[in-house]
Amino acid sequence: MSVSHDINTLRELKDGKLSFEKLHGMISGFKDADRFDKMVKIWQDSVEWDDPILLPLAEHLFVVRKPDGRRIVKSTWGYEYCDVNENWKLHAKVFVRDTEELINEIYPDKLGCDPEWMQLREYYDPLSGTLLEVEVVPPGYPIVHDFKPDIDTFYRDWLGRPVP
Amino acid sequence: MLNKLQTVDSRIENIGWEGKTLRQMLTESDEIFERTGHYQGLKDLKIRNGQPILYEKIFSHLRGGLVNARSTALNISASPIVKEIGELSFALYTPEGESVALSTGIIVHVHTMADAIKYMIRNNYEKNPGIAPGHVFCNNNSMIGDVHTADVHTLIPIFWENELIGWAGGVTHEIDVGGIQPGSMCYGHADRYGDGLLVSAELVGTNDLFHEDYLQRCRDNVRAEMYWVLDEKTRLTGCQLVREQVYRTIEEVGLDTYKSFIREAVEEGRRTLIGKVKQMGFPGEYEAPTFIDLPWKNDETVHPLARKDTMMHAPLRMKITGDGHLGLSFDGANQWDYHSFNCAPSPMQGAMWVQLTQTLWNSDKINDGAYYATSIELPKGSWCNPDYDKVSTTLTWFFLIPSFTGFVRSLARSYFARGYLEEISASYPCTWNLLQGGGINHFGQPSAFTNFEISCQGTGAAYVKDGEATCAAMWNPEGDMGEVETWEHLEPLLYLGRGRKANTSGAGKYRGGCGAESLRMLFKTQSQILFSAGEGHVFSSAGVFGGYPGNSGYRHNVHNSNMKELTASKAPYPTLDGDPENSAISAMVKGDEVFDLNQMTGPHPFGEYDLYTSVQRGGPGLGDPLERDPASVAADVNGGELLERFAKPIYGVVLTKGADGRLQADVAATQAERAAMRKRRLERAVDTKDFIARERERVLAGNIHAPVRAMYQSSMKLSSRWAAHFRNFWSLGEDFSF
Repeated sequence: MSVSHDINTLRELKDGKLSFEKLHGMISGFKDADRFDKMVKIWQDSVEWDDPILLPLAEHLFVVRKPDGRRIVKSTWGYEYCDVNENWKLHAKVFVRDTEELINEIYPDKLGCDPEWMQLREYYDPLSGTLLEVEVVPPGYPIVHDFKPDIDTFYRDWLGRPVP
Repeated sequence: MLNKLQTVDSRIENIGWEGKTLRQMLTESDEIFERTGHYQGLKDLKIRNGQPILYEKIFSHLRGGLVNARSTALNISASPIVKEIGELSFALYTPEGESVALSTGIIVHVHTMADAIKYMIRNNYEKNPGIAPGHVFCNNNSMIGDVHTADVHTLIPIFWENELIGWAGGVTHEIDVGGIQPGSMCYGHADRYGDGLLVSAELVGTNDLFHEDYLQRCRDNVRAEMYWVLDEKTRLTGCQLVREQVYRTIEEVGLDTYKSFIREAVEEGRRTLIGKVKQMGFPGEYEAPTFIDLPWKNDETVHPLARKDTMMHAPLRMKITGDGHLGLSFDGANQWDYHSFNCAPSPMQGAMWVQLTQTLWNSDKINDGAYYATSIELPKGSWCNPDYDKVSTTLTWFFLIPSFTGFVRSLARSYFARGYLEEISASYPCTWNLLQGGGINHFGQPSAFTNFEISCQGTGAAYVKDGEATCAAMWNPEGDMGEVETWEHLEPLLYLGRGRKANTSGAGKYRGGCGAESLRMLFKTQSQILFSAGEGHVFSSAGVFGGYPGNSGYRHNVHNSNMKELTASKAPYPTLDGDPENSAISAMVKGDEVFDLNQMTGPHPFGEYDLYTSVQRGGPGLGDPLERDPASVAADVNGGELLERFAKPIYGVVLTKGADGRLQADVAATQAERAAMRKRRLERAVDTKDFIARERERVLAGNIHAPVRAMYQSSMKLSSRWAAHFRNFWSLGEDFSF
């Protein structure tokens, strides 16, 4: 069954303004095949820079194509992290909650973790100070690479067109 | 119907189709799939495509029969776990053991029962003990195909004339399994020999009746014998109802059509899942590890071999390939150990399957087709694929549940990439505190119990809304915490109170659903053994896109309390613990207080009027908390879901008291505070490369808590790939070890 949502409805979805009834219908109904292209347009309209978005990578993070053809990770505020195949976290700012005092800023005593067993690593966008990811891992754990997308396969084999 | 069963010609040697043995059928099925990539080599789904109405009608008949079987059969049970919480399900299988259709309920077992059927086929049960009409098989051995001894399967063959045309399976969760300690999932022992009554794919009935000697063995070996025996009858009745529905269907559409249908249904299930992956997934590699603590170094109630602090490592990686294949890997998981949280491969596959049904695979044709569309790598020797088959697995869930939270977060990243924001969830919290126990109960009888309030945790935040409070468990689509009065009838512990627990929700732009808390008091019992299961030193789930995990757990119990005196004098007593930094229990009750992070305890003795706190979990959050609507933060505080003192440090929201006495957000002050917080964040953060340099020195010095260090050692020993990953990340050199 062919389903399509207009771009204003999808913009309301992104902004958390869609009514519950519409949201429920969207969740329980058939999926719209043209969603990717529409959402990329919505994201593109939401940022102030012009590099074309190839892929929404995570909240406030996008894979974009630079004029010289490089594919890089870029934030809503324009911070350019790294090549898409690298882990953007390695190029972010990080704050590690590794003492009881720091953990208890977020959790009442006894409801958080023990810093000997686990720490919270908060990765911030260097331009805006926005919190992009919270990693909860034991001390000494390698930084987690959440998502390494295969953009070529997606465009070529699933969308049936070359990467823009 | 039984007359029909008894018409089988005893001279027929093989019960498979076209004179084959079942083992031949299963072997051929595997070979055909390997060769063609299609279940039973079906490239064309003739009934589905040629007669779609008939196809859907057959499916609806069978599905309806399964749901009816569950709804009818559960009335036979007396167990609140089965009757109130709905811990049962039924499924229909092909002769080779592939599930075709299933009921609602604990559907994680649909695949584990498939493994049990295949075990019987591969071990030639057809010859010994025989597979015949009216036979009843039982299994609760996880190494064969189950999660743990508490989940008991009934499996019956379905014959039509001389052929086996399928299997009906049913499962219930038992209140007690006759383990070394009371409860359905006791632990603290070292190996399988404390796990309780083990029934290993055993023939336990003929002519549709249980063997009396089998039932007597059950009565003799479990504490809650009435519940066990009634649950046996519950499952057998349900299976018989399923079988009758199959017969009605065949009488209507004919045997050949039925045979073709069940195979097409499995192939359609496979294709549907691949289609869903391509529709909503994104090709690539995902990483989402999780952990859980086992702080047993000083717990004298557990076996000496288990008496140490350890940590579980679940280094989940998900890979979606261009052909729509979805694969999970746990390569790098650490070794099994002498505790009861080891996990056989069958429940790991079942858990993957049930998570798919609740996330990506929202189709009515859910069956073992998914088994053919996915893969899962479980390293031999690890906790999720032990190389010692006598490990204890009574509480496999303790490791299994956290290990799959990363699966949901990885799918969320996929949905985000594709734009399907409405499907995104920050994942689920783990389902504890789990309270079990037993002893002489308030009726003077030896008894055991497992409290299933755990069925109601907060859900993870969605991309567009907060999570829901106290309503769900990852392993059961039907959330229900059970009536207080029902639990009080079963357990000699009164509820002093049950309510929401503030600050259990994971913070975020959208927060997780709130968790619950109960305060229990032992009453009309001299003594009970109580188990308390849950993480305490770690978070066993995580948020996404800047959201924080929901709460971790803690232990707050009072032994030898003065509750008898308080109630006799009608003095105030606590109904909940509340804010642990301002505990109502500590303020109002005197006694021997135990208040720490050792939530995961072995079987500890409790006496009458002792208090036991049961803190459940809130869901993980999504997005930066500084982007949360300030009015929602004020509502959370007014609603008792967030302690007022955390509104500013977490959310940057400045609250003022309104004319009605309720708190409200000062929008201008909040904007200023948030701007200042973003600036402060960057001032106290460092470049990640500087953190890596600092942390590398810590790793090189081995300045890492012993159980964490041991976890790394074990993972590196079992997986050369993970060892290389660890050494490469920290630039440690090829010969590094702790």
